Amino acid sequence: MLGKSPFGGFRGLITINLYMEISSIIFIVLLIVAGGLFAKNLKTIIRNIKLGKDLDRNDRKNERFSLMARVALGQSKIIVRPFAGFLHIVVYVGFIIINIEVLEIVLDGMLGTHRLFSFLGGFYHFLIAAFEGLALLVLVACVIFLARRNILRIKRFFGKEMTTWPKTDANLILITEILLMSAFLIMNAADAQLQVLGSEHYTNVGSFPISRQLMGAFAGMSESSLILLERGTWWFHIVGIFAFLNYLPYSKHFHILLAFPNVFYSKLTPKGQLDNLAAVKKEVEMMFDPSADPYAAPTEPEGEPQRFGAKDVTDLTWKQLMDAYTCTECGRCTDVCPANITGKALSPRKIMMDTRDRLEEVGKGIDKNGNGFTDNKALLRDYISEEELLACTSCNACVQACPVNNDPLSIIIDLRRFLIMEESKAPAEWTGIFTNIENNGAPWQFAQADRLNWKNEK
Amino acid sequence: MSELKVSTMAEMMASGQQPDVLFWVGCAGSFDDRAKKITRAFVKILNNVGINFAVLGTEESCTGDPAKRAGNEFLFQMQAMGNIQVLNAYEVKSIVTTCPHCFNTLKNEYPELGGNYEVKHHSQFLQELINEGKLTIEGGVFKGKKITFHDPCYLGRANDVYEAPRNLIEKLDAELVEMNRCKSNGLCCGAGGAQMFKEAEKGNKEINIERTEEALEIQPNIIATGCPFCMTMMTDGVKLKEKSTEVQVFDLAELIAQAKDL
Repeated sequence: MLGKSPFGGFRGLITINLYMEISSIIFIVLLIVAGGLFAKNLKTIIRNIKLGKDLDRNDRKNERFSLMARVALGQSKIIVRPFAGFLHIVVYVGFIIINIEVLEIVLDGMLGTHRLFSFLGGFYHFLIAAFEGLALLVLVACVIFLARRNILRIKRFFGKEMTTWPKTDANLILITEILLMSAFLIMNAADAQLQVLGSEHYTNVGSFPISRQLMGAFAGMSESSLILLERGTWWFHIVGIFAFLNYLPYSKHFHILLAFPNVFYSKLTPKGQLDNLAAVKKEVEMMFDPSADPYAAPTEPEGEPQRFGAKDVTDLTWKQLMDAYTCTECGRCTDVCPANITGKALSPRKIMMDTRDRLEEVGKGIDKNGNGFTDNKALLRDYISEEELLACTSCNACVQACPVNNDPLSIIIDLRRFLIMEESKAPAEWTGIFTNIENNGAPWQFAQADRLNWKNEK
Repeated sequence: MSELKVSTMAEMMASGQQPDVLFWVGCAGSFDDRAKKITRAFVKILNNVGINFAVLGTEESCTGDPAKRAGNEFLFQMQAMGNIQVLNAYEVKSIVTTCPHCFNTLKNEYPELGGNYEVKHHSQFLQELINEGKLTIEGGVFKGKKITFHDPCYLGRANDVYEAPRNLIEKLDAELVEMNRCKSNGLCCGAGGAQMFKEAEKGNKEINIERTEEALEIQPNIIATGCPFCMTMMTDGVKLKEKSTEVQVFDLAELIAQAKDL
């Protein structure tokens, strides 16, 4: 009785059919849960970014696309540091191309098929060989990255903002990638061994050039153990990917998604050009307008009165907030910052990390208490100190160095604007230059009447 | 040595003339003793080539750059609007300046406030004069000298001008040597962002010392720059490292004026 299945097959086949049906269901449930959870987290992040002020970055579309192609897709700023840049490109290309394999895995998982794309024949052989090669390269690159952080202890991976969590985050990402790539290669090796044994379902679909080298380790294993190993690593690989996907929104690794829109919406004007605050412009224009009536009642401003500069994350623009979520804490900005190099408190990376941390805090507050949420904290002082802000030379080295076109300088300037214009908190020397500029038209105390004296001096 | 020929916009207007270009001298170029030499050197070149130019003289005022970088947007816009009124009243079309901070502000931040001019840094202006054949340089005095160029942030990274200053140095027949951190990777002198006007925040080193040490490493005879504030920082750095006798700091305009024996 047990020997026959209702469909006339053998017992083994029922087991396999049953496995496939149950596994398909489990897989689809996992896929929906992972996808749903990710969509929910993504929505929260988009909501948080939209807490920022409006800014129009939809002009010059062609330039934006080509910039995105060069900097995000083409990794042009990463490669400025050739060694780390090359390794990053390996991991990046590996990630993108191995996604084709993930697509096959997802389809196999849902349909209960095995290696769905193998109908491609020779091209499939080539694909698998390419995936394996890339998987090995990614694995090696991640091991080197881990060593750079933990053994060579490269300076830019340290610093006061690199507390326990950022360091752990970086290591977790690398270890996860190593585990995922290992699972992928072991899965293929078990598959290859099963192909050699002529196991049903495991038809010969390629040369498996890298994983073949591991086959020896599995030579003595029985068919069922090999199937268990192959299936086990398959599940580990794909569940790992689902878990990793849902880790992204909590991690600096989110840059793999945001790098593209973030570069697309880059500032296209010269780096030296700071925006002219619109709220200030209105007032200054009034002062210069001879027909303006000084005694007229001020016109009701539309909407809420605007702050001059930024005190908290909601005073920043959505692009500055997107920058913060895109930051992957590589520290290239801090590494080239003249203030940081000479031991000052400023670190552009910390500016980005603080902005993200504060934004997350505000976002969680809104989730709990609704839109009117206040906690009497702010980005200024609770996260970023005056000392840090005052150390900046506005040299744009951090902006130039950022591989994803973040602009830490714009945040520093907006916070400075709040300090100076809303709180009148300036170092005494700056108060002096403001007075001099106002009175003499120069930062020094010289009379404007003497401006041409150089003409007759020797 | 002949007198400098400098007219103000007011004088020009009174005699019914319009200059081809306005030389924006800047506060440092007007008042700082070291920077005034740069101003004079540049005017000597303009006179030598016979450029029809004018200055605003006592009608010039701070562009507002240090105020803006410090965070005082209000003061910046007050300065900008005032300057734009003067510049537009004189129908100024074209401006050249020896200060990258003035250059950046006039070129990038004034248009939105109603001031639209063609603005050049003096390195670009001189480069064009050479290209047009109006300015020729015999590099005799600098032959065999090693010159390094310190990129001012507001000329380099801020506005992507890296080649004009280097082309000028190469015309001097000198050997152009680059520091480790140069061009888009150049290190700030420490004066930008209104740091020039305050003590540095607490740290373990002054930025200008870090930069000067980097320059001295490649053993140049001359450190060239194109910014009056970089000039102050690098000159102070060389003095503090007690290298003033071996290494001199010059602006590009001064080098060209020397090469032409002006």
